[in-house]
Amino acid sequence: MDFDQSEDRRMLAETLSRYLSDRYDIAARNAVAYDAPYHSPDRWAEMAELGILHALVDEDHGGMGGSGFDIATVFEELGRALCPEPILPALMGLRLLAAAGAELDPVLAGTDQIAVAIGEPEAPWDLDALETRARKAGDGWVLTGRKSVVYGGHVAGRLLVAAKTDAGLGLFEVLARDAEITPYGMIDGGGAAEVFLDATPARLLIADATEAIEAALNAGRVALCAEAVGAMDATKDLLLDYLRTRQQFGRPIGSFQALQHRAVDLVTEIEQARSITILAADALDGPEAGRRAAMAKNLIGRAARLVAEEAIQMHGGIAMTWEAAVSHYGKRLVMIDAQLGDTDFHLTRVMEGLQA
Amino acid sequence: MDLQFTEEELAFHEEVRAFLAADLPQDLAAKVRRSDTLSKADHDRWHAILNARGWLATTWPEEFGGPGWSPVQRHIFEEESARAHAPRTVPFGLAMLGPVLIRFGSKAQQAEYLPRILDGADWWCQGYSEPGAGSDLASLRTRAVREGDHYIVNGQKTWTTLGQHANRIFCLVRTDAQVKPQAGISFLLIDLDTPGIEMRPIKLIEGGHEVNEVFFTDVKVPVENLVGEENSGWTIAKFLLTHERTNIAGTGFSTQAFEEVKSLARARRVNGRRLIDDPLYAARLAQVEIDLEAMKITNLRMLARAQKTGQPGVESSMLKIKGTVIRQELNDLARRALGPAAAPFPAEALAGNAAVAPEEHRADAARYFNNRKLSIFGGSNEIQRNILTKALLEL
Ligand SMILES: Cc1cc2nc3c(=O)[nH]c(=O)nc-3n(C[C@H](O)[C@H](O)[C@H](O)COP(=O)(O)OP(=O)(O)OC[C@H]3O[C@@H](n4cnc5c(N)ncnc54)[C@H](O)[C@@H]3O)c2cc1C
Repeated sequence: MDFDQSEDRRMLAETLSRYLSDRYDIAARNAVAYDAPYHSPDRWAEMAELGILHALVDEDHGGMGGSGFDIATVFEELGRALCPEPILPALMGLRLLAAAGAELDPVLAGTDQIAVAIGEPEAPWDLDALETRARKAGDGWVLTGRKSVVYGGHVAGRLLVAAKTDAGLGLFEVLARDAEITPYGMIDGGGAAEVFLDATPARLLIADATEAIEAALNAGRVALCAEAVGAMDATKDLLLDYLRTRQQFGRPIGSFQALQHRAVDLVTEIEQARSITILAADALDGPEAGRRAAMAKNLIGRAARLVAEEAIQMHGGIAMTWEAAVSHYGKRLVMIDAQLGDTDFHLTRVMEGLQA
Repeated sequence: MDLQFTEEELAFHEEVRAFLAADLPQDLAAKVRRSDTLSKADHDRWHAILNARGWLATTWPEEFGGPGWSPVQRHIFEEESARAHAPRTVPFGLAMLGPVLIRFGSKAQQAEYLPRILDGADWWCQGYSEPGAGSDLASLRTRAVREGDHYIVNGQKTWTTLGQHANRIFCLVRTDAQVKPQAGISFLLIDLDTPGIEMRPIKLIEGGHEVNEVFFTDVKVPVENLVGEENSGWTIAKFLLTHERTNIAGTGFSTQAFEEVKSLARARRVNGRRLIDDPLYAARLAQVEIDLEAMKITNLRMLARAQKTGQPGVESSMLKIKGTVIRQELNDLARRALGPAAAPFPAEALAGNAAVAPEEHRADAARYFNNRKLSIFGGSNEIQRNILTKALLEL
C-alpha cells in the first residue's frame, strides 16, 4: 500500500501549480473567466506547451500519462486555481478520438480545440434519453437535434457529437462552422454553448459508441471530482486564514467553538472527498469504473456544496462579494454538481448497482 | 385550539387578495417573478400604489398614517403579497426608521420625516455595519464630534443596501469613546448630499449591485438630526432589531418559492420522465414541504403570542434561523432542477430560441448564490443561536 504520488506526477503537479499561481491568480482568473471568449488563447497555448494535454493521454496514443491518477493530478491543480480553460472537453474529446483511432496530435499540440456534445435540454446526462438523430445522406451523415450547455463549445473548431442511429448511439464529428452555435459564459466562470443541428453534415467516428462515450464520461467525472478536491482545499485555506485573522468581539472568530466544529467537519468531508476520488481514479480503466465514478461524483456533489455554503457562511458578508476569492470558489464548487451527472443522478446509479 | 382565522381575518384576507388582483401592476409582478433587479422607479411606483390605499407603512399606528393592523393582519398581507409576486417594500424608512422616529423622535422630526417616507420624497438607507463592526456592532468606530451646532462625522459604513437610490442615511456613530462601547453610541440622521460623503458600489457574488460602501470625511451634520439622547443609540438599535424581526420567517416567500419549484419539477422533463417522477428529487421537495408546513404553524404560534403580549419574543430567532434555511433550501432545489441549464450567465443573455431555462427560472442559480445572504445579515444565524442559548437554555 502506498498513497504517495509517483515522482513524475509530483513534478507535474508542481510545474502546473507554479505556472497557475504565476499566471492565473484570482484577479487574472476572473478577468478571463467572466468575459468573452471566457478563456485565454495565450494561456491555453502555454498550457499545451507545458504538456498538460499530454498528461491526459497514454503513451500508445502519443501522450505521457493518461491514467486516472494523471488526470486527477492535473485537475486537482486546475481546481485549486479555478482555471477556466476548457481542458475537461479536451480530456473527454481526446479519449473519444483515441477510441475512434483518430489522429490526436493537433489536439495535443493545443492548436485544434474540440468539444464533446452529448447532453440535451431534456437529457442532460442520460444517454438513453438522447434525441439527436443521425441520418445517412449520400456518402456521409447529417445530424438533427440540439445539444445543450456544451462546455468548450464556445471555442471549439470541432465537435464530437453523440447521436442516435438505427443501430444505436453513434459518435460523429461536426465542424463548428457547419452548426449554429450560441456561445455564452457561465455563472461560475468559463464558457459553453448551445449547439443547433439541422441536417448538419457530420462524419461518423464510432458506429456503436455507447461504451466509448461512457468511458470518456467516467474520465470526465474523475477529472471533475479532482477539480473539486483542489477547489475545496483552496477554499479551506481561505476559510482557515479568515477564521484566524477576522476579529469580532475582541477576538478572532476562529476562537468561537460554534465555528471550530463546523470547520473540522469541512476538513473531514474534504478528506472523504479526496479518498473517494482516489478510489475512482484507481478504478478508471477497469470494470468498476462506472460505479466508482458514480460514487465519487455523488459524494463530491454533497461535500462541495457543504464546503461552499459553510465557507461562505463562516466568512460572513465579505464572502457575498465579487472581490472575495471565496465567492468564486463557492460558485464553482456548487456548479460542478451540474456537470456530467448530479448527486441524485449518480446516487440512482449506485442504487441500481445494489438492486442488480 | 383553533387553527382557523377569525371571520374578520378571513374577510381581511379577501380584501387583500382583491386589492392585489386589481392594483398590482402585472409588469412589476413579472419582474419580481424573474428575479429581475427592480429600479428605483419600480419601487417608488409600488410604494405609491400602497400609499394611496393607506397600506404602505404597515407597522405604524394610524395617527402617523399607518393602517393600524394587528400582527395577524400584517402577516396575512405579507403572505398574500409574496404569493402575488408583489415587490417587497423597501424596509429602511418604513420598517426601521419610521418606528424609531415614532418611538424616540422629536415632534419636529416626526413631522418632517414621516410624511416624506410615505410619499416617497425620501429614500433612507441603513448605516450600521462597518468593515470592522459586523456581528460585533457595538465596536463601530465612525465618530461624530460635537462642534457648536453640528456634529463632525468621520469614518466608514459598509453593506449599505440600495444606498445608490437613497438621499438619506440613518447611522449609528460613536459620540463617546471613553465609556463601554454600547454606552457611547448615538443615532444620527444624515443627508447624503452633505459635502464629504462618498458612496461606492460593492459588486456581489452573482454580479449584482445592491450594496455600497459609504465614506464620511469631515461631514457636518446639524445637531437637530440626533434622534433621542446623545449616547442612547444602542437602546434605539436594540429596539429596531425587534422591528427588523417582523416577517422574519418569510413563510410567504417560501410558500411562493415552493409552488414555483413544484411546478418547475412537474413541467420539466429530464432523462425521459418528469423531474417530479424522480423519487430522489421528489423526496427532497417533500422534505422541504414538511419543514415549511411546520414553520408556518411555528410562525403563527409566535404571532398569536405577540398579538397577546404586544411583544415579539426571543423565539423569533428560531424563525430567523429556520426560515432562512428553508428559503435557501428551496433556492437550491430550483437550481438543482435545472441541472446544467442553471449555469449560463448572465442569464438574460440567453433568450428566445437559445434559452436553456424557462424565463422565470433563468436567474435561479444567481438567486441561490445571492440568497446566501439571508443567513448572514440581520444578525447571522450563529448570532441568533447565541441569543437563543442565552435566553432559553439556562445552561
Ligand atoms: C447583502 C447584504 C446586505 C446588507 N445590508 C446592510 C445594510 O443595509 N445596512 C447595514 O448596516 N448592514 C447591512 N449588512 C451587514 C450585515 O448585517 C452583516 O454582514 C452581519 O451583521 C454580519 O457581519 P459581518 O459580515 O461583518 O460578519 P462577521 O461578524 O465578521 O462574522 C463572520 C462569521 O463569524 C460568525 N460569528 C461572529 N461572531 C460570532 C460569535 N460570537 N459566535 C459564533 N459565530 C460568530 C458569524 O456568524 C459569521 O459566520 C448587509 C450584509 C449583506 C451580506
